[in-house]
Amino acid sequence: MKAKHRFALAVVVLGLLMTGPFVVTSLLVWLDMREAERNLLTELLLSRLPVGTMMTVFGFVIGVMVLHKLFKQYVEGLLRMAETLRLMLSANRNFRVTPDGPPEVQQLARAANDLAQQRDELMDDVDAQIARAKASVEEEKNRLAALMSELAQAVVVCNLDGRILLYNNRARLQFKALAQGPTSVSGGALIGLGRSIFSILEKNQVQHAQEVIRQRLDAGKAALSNFITTTRGGQLLRAQMVPVLSAGVEGAAAMSGYVLTVENITRSLEQEARRDQALHSLTEGSRSALGSIRAAVTNLIDYPDMEPELRERFVKVVDDEAAKMSQRLDQTMAEFSDSMKARWPLEEVLGIDIIAAAQGRIDEKLKLPTKTEEMDDALWIKADSYSLVLALVFVAAKLQDHYEPRELRFRLTAEGKLAYLDLIWAGPAMSSETFYTWEMESMHVGGDTAPLSLRDMIDRHGGEIWYQREKAAHRAFFRFVLPVATPVAEQQEERSRASNRPEYYDFDLFNFADKSIDLDRKLRDLTYTVFDTETTGLEPSNGDEIIQIGAARIVNNRLLRQEIFNQLVDPECPLKPESIPIHGITDDMVRGQPTIGAVLPAFHEFCEDTVLIAHNAAFDMRFLQLKEEQTGIRFSQPVLDTLLLSAVIHPNQESHKLDVILERLGIQIGSRHNALEDALATGEVFLKMVPMLEDMGIVTVRQALDAAAKTYFARVKY
Amino acid sequence: MAHKILIVDDEPNIVISLEFLMKKEGFEVAVATDGEEAMAKVASFDPDLILLDVMMPKKSGFEVCEALRADPARAGLLIVMLTAKGRDTEVAKGLAIGADAYVTKPFSTKDLLSRVKDMLGMA
Repeated sequence: MKAKHRFALAVVVLGLLMTGPFVVTSLLVWLDMREAERNLLTELLLSRLPVGTMMTVFGFVIGVMVLHKLFKQYVEGLLRMAETLRLMLSANRNFRVTPDGPPEVQQLARAANDLAQQRDELMDDVDAQIARAKASVEEEKNRLAALMSELAQAVVVCNLDGRILLYNNRARLQFKALAQGPTSVSGGALIGLGRSIFSILEKNQVQHAQEVIRQRLDAGKAALSNFITTTRGGQLLRAQMVPVLSAGVEGAAAMSGYVLTVENITRSLEQEARRDQALHSLTEGSRSALGSIRAAVTNLIDYPDMEPELRERFVKVVDDEAAKMSQRLDQTMAEFSDSMKARWPLEEVLGIDIIAAAQGRIDEKLKLPTKTEEMDDALWIKADSYSLVLALVFVAAKLQDHYEPRELRFRLTAEGKLAYLDLIWAGPAMSSETFYTWEMESMHVGGDTAPLSLRDMIDRHGGEIWYQREKAAHRAFFRFVLPVATPVAEQQEERSRASNRPEYYDFDLFNFADKSIDLDRKLRDLTYTVFDTETTGLEPSNGDEIIQIGAARIVNNRLLRQEIFNQLVDPECPLKPESIPIHGITDDMVRGQPTIGAVLPAFHEFCEDTVLIAHNAAFDMRFLQLKEEQTGIRFSQPVLDTLLLSAVIHPNQESHKLDVILERLGIQIGSRHNALEDALATGEVFLKMVPMLEDMGIVTVRQALDAAAKTYFARVKY
Repeated sequence: MAHKILIVDDEPNIVISLEFLMKKEGFEVAVATDGEEAMAKVASFDPDLILLDVMMPKKSGFEVCEALRADPARAGLLIVMLTAKGRDTEVAKGLAIGADAYVTKPFSTKDLLSRVKDMLGMA
């Protein structure tokens, strides 16, 4: 019964209580009376009726007021409190009941508030603990990822299906180097989260290695397997596999994935082969010549009385063969000198990094100020950085002891295949004997000593060192000559992008088995390729062509900004001048780029096993479809269109342009109107849309495709 | 009667020394400068011993040796392989296909001579 009805009933009951006993008593007395008495009573009562009624009404009103007051305070007050308590339970945790009304109700309110307080503290505590645990897990993950990305070996972690869960930068560079083809990401060595390792390594070999590990695990041996495999490009890779174990049901460790360390041994094998060849040419090649000389000489010695003519011939043999041998020796040295020297492990380092390190040490150990002059900051050298820095500091210390220069200067220049690292100081001329003794002394500076002499160090580097005066400037320098290295181009690219946290890992992929496209899978579980194209114009059927394709991947609900496809395309026709301001691509930029025939296969490979996403996808897909016949490449995977999805989510909005959507969804993007930037923006938009679609009951890809197809915009044709 | 020795080598500079030496020691000497000529000379000259180089144009010493050993009529022919290939595997191969001795260049002519005499039963 509602509170209002109960109040009305209470009022009725009050009325009855106030009048009922009097009326009933009067009725009983009335019935007991005789005629004369009744008349007398009527007369008496009627004259006093107004007073009695007034009193009764007055009493009733007071009664109702009391009742109303009580009702307000106890019934309605408690009802209100119940509502606010509900609020505290769900929507607003921080809400508190205001103590109000009679003391009992206030006490109840205070007790409820105290309970809520206690509950909040508990909840805060739990939240804090969860946050702490999460943060530490996250930190551990990041630490692992950072560690992995710095490793000098290429490391790839896969689940049992061969899907990549983690890879490091070295792996990325190594496989990128393996890729052969006209575009930045082609050639069948695609590395990426969720991608299959089998595009890089031979599947049978990986599976065999897995089997070996299982057997070794069962036998209780160290679980490890090595194999050597060839890539499609003919490169030799040595891979080592160790299992990732997870505690099995019966306590036995079960293999849930594996870690591969991969090394490209093509070059080292080639070098070894060349060294072998050189050795062979020097030994076997010398045998016949030496044989002829020896036989001729023996004859000359044993038969001193032979005819002069014969003697002449034997001498000629010796001369002839000796000349041949010297020639061969020269030839071999010229041919194999690269592989003969530098067995000492030298690394490729940036020259300026070495100098910076030396400057730091000189400042710290010798308190000697240093400056730099001409510096070739793109010069890579082959060096053992530790001993080279030690040598620089050693020479600086020697100079300080003998000549007390006020400061030292560094200079780094390149001369063909040689790098000149100069240590310059102003002061009197030194004798070459002094420098000669420095060269032979074993190097020690402060606490650092090396059994090496300066000469040893320089020999190891296949370099030279000398002392030279700049007479005009009244100063002198030591010149360290070192071999120049040709660095891997990608390393520099990496430096510029290093600010972003690497996205080379996703451990959630451990539980993510079959990745083929199933339309009934949840939107948030699938792998996507978001892409955008720049074109010469808006009419694909009228001869307009693609000039740029940009794409990125979404794996496990994350946009991977480091797994991208970004390629300019030569349209083989002049660009329309009016379109240049839109895409910012000029004729010069596309000339010499691969044509669409070369780019599409690579892009197709990049998109393998993923759902495509584009903004106004019909436009981009039309361009791709028109190339089907020419290239034989079909993009048959499902395509989601963020324009249509926007229309599904906000049917009453007028505009579904990418800029407008970005603003509507509160996404901040730097530059735009470049295929890659637009693809990345589209990816951000899609990720924001997934939960919004879920709220509308659109959870699977099929549902999203169906909903999109029903919107008005789906009817636009290109 | 003097023993007949066939020298087979494509390097004239070693042939001249060997020829001189063997003639001085009283052998009857013939020379061939490739594998095919060697086969022909074996038939016409009918040597008792061949000094056979391994690396030669047309037909290698190994091939000549194998061909000679396949002919039962030549079972008594002594074959000494001379070679610049000094690896164990090549020595093993030479002996396995029927050479009686395997001498690696450079060699001492005295040792070679005493070896040859020994093999011909002249020691």
